[in-house]
Amino acid sequence: MTPPALKVSSLTYAYPDGTFALRDVSFSVTAGERVAILGANGAGKTTLVLHLNGVLGGGPGEVHVGGLRVEKANMRECRRRVGIVFQDPDDQLFMPTVAQDVAFGPANLGLTGDVLATAVDDALKAVGMAHVGERAPHHLSFGQRRRVAVATVLAMQPELLVLDEPTSNLDPASRRELSDVVRHLDLTVLIVTHDLPYALELCPRTLILNDGTIAADGPTIELLADEALMTANRLELPFGFDARRFAP
Amino acid sequence: MSAGHSEHLFVPGSSFLHRIPPQCKVASLVLFVFAVVASPREQYWAYGAFAALMVVLAAAAGLPILLLARRLTIELPFVAFAVLLPFVAGGPRRDIGPVSASIDGLWGAWNILAKGTIGVGATLVLTATTSVPDLIRGLERLRLPSALVAMLTFMVRYADVITAEMQRMRIARLSRGYDPRWLWQARAVAHSAGTLFVRSYERGERVFLAMQSRGYDGRMPSAGGLAASTRQWLAALALPAAATVVMAASWLARS
Repeated sequence: MTPPALKVSSLTYAYPDGTFALRDVSFSVTAGERVAILGANGAGKTTLVLHLNGVLGGGPGEVHVGGLRVEKANMRECRRRVGIVFQDPDDQLFMPTVAQDVAFGPANLGLTGDVLATAVDDALKAVGMAHVGERAPHHLSFGQRRRVAVATVLAMQPELLVLDEPTSNLDPASRRELSDVVRHLDLTVLIVTHDLPYALELCPRTLILNDGTIAADGPTIELLADEALMTANRLELPFGFDARRFAP
Repeated sequence: MSAGHSEHLFVPGSSFLHRIPPQCKVASLVLFVFAVVASPREQYWAYGAFAALMVVLAAAAGLPILLLARRLTIELPFVAFAVLLPFVAGGPRRDIGPVSASIDGLWGAWNILAKGTIGVGATLVLTATTSVPDLIRGLERLRLPSALVAMLTFMVRYADVITAEMQRMRIARLSRGYDPRWLWQARAVAHSAGTLFVRSYERGERVFLAMQSRGYDGRMPSAGGLAASTRQWLAALALPAAATVVMAASWLARS
């Protein structure tokens, strides 16, 4: 039996001042699934994400990615397997040109020469940005920068793609272009978001985090239609949006 | 945020100067400036020759002289200092029209003006024919320590981001009716500067996190510059060679 793409078991994490950010979080994701992670500000979403590739750790509990435990000895391979796209593309794109930035990850994995160039080209093509390789990141529009940020991670050929607030600050057209890209990727995807319609559009399954614990785990459509659950977790649909209309 | 300051010096083109590898151009510039600075100030003609070399170079690169002249204004603060020099320096003086100027000061002013202008001019030709990423590749190939290359890289990338952040803070300040213009209002500006520093520091931490997540282990990957051929090196070094000949001739003429 193939191991799950992601398995989080009894993960607990407290910040140095003693506040718990995660308490006994367990879930697993099968390969190819797209899962939304919802929760109010401060629910522990980002802390959870930073555990997936070992940037945070040290507390009780374990994370396995494709059967490999995230720990110091495997860190390089874990960081290849888990690609995190951070919220602000200006944090993610730090090299002078787009191509150099996309090459940063694979170069750290030891790729050089033509293999590296191909990896860069393929990743930029996958997000429809093949023509901007020599441009400087700050000369691109925000939506383009977000897509290039996805490419920087795709170039490492990850098995699990994690998008942190992918639609924040995007105009509706850029938002749709990004969802087109995500839909066509043959990857396991986790989307951390406050954009509930986006979660519904892309992710059949949703996890709701509240105060560091998993409050719900189920089909997105059912969770979004459950008003009591939504209110209890400080989640709100946009005005006029009725999740029940999308029920199968 | 879209119009980058770091790119606006580069003038796209396909001249010989544009195509020569950046490391050759940087080395050539440094040697050229050494030759200029080492020439005796009394030999006016030598500076005419250096200036002529600059003009030929700019023409070869297809750069409009007017554009270079406009960019030369960056040296104005130094010019102002040079103009002051004859009036504040000591030693024997001589009258120029209604004012009296120090002879040493006059020589000093001429020295700064001539050497400075030619040095800045040569640098302008380099920056107009070399994009910033290429410049960094060139410096890396010239074995500039990797920590410095990384710092330059980040500076180029984030100068615009931080300028934009500063601009937003200024607009926010203006929007709340505060427009500090006088020295005694420096407090608000200092507060903004502090905030900007903290924000940039936090951004640095987030960037580091993003780098770690993509496998950064303390070593930046190479910027990927290409090696230059012997012919390219020879072509690039023709400029400092010519300048060295002028310098040698000016010393001979002086003795």
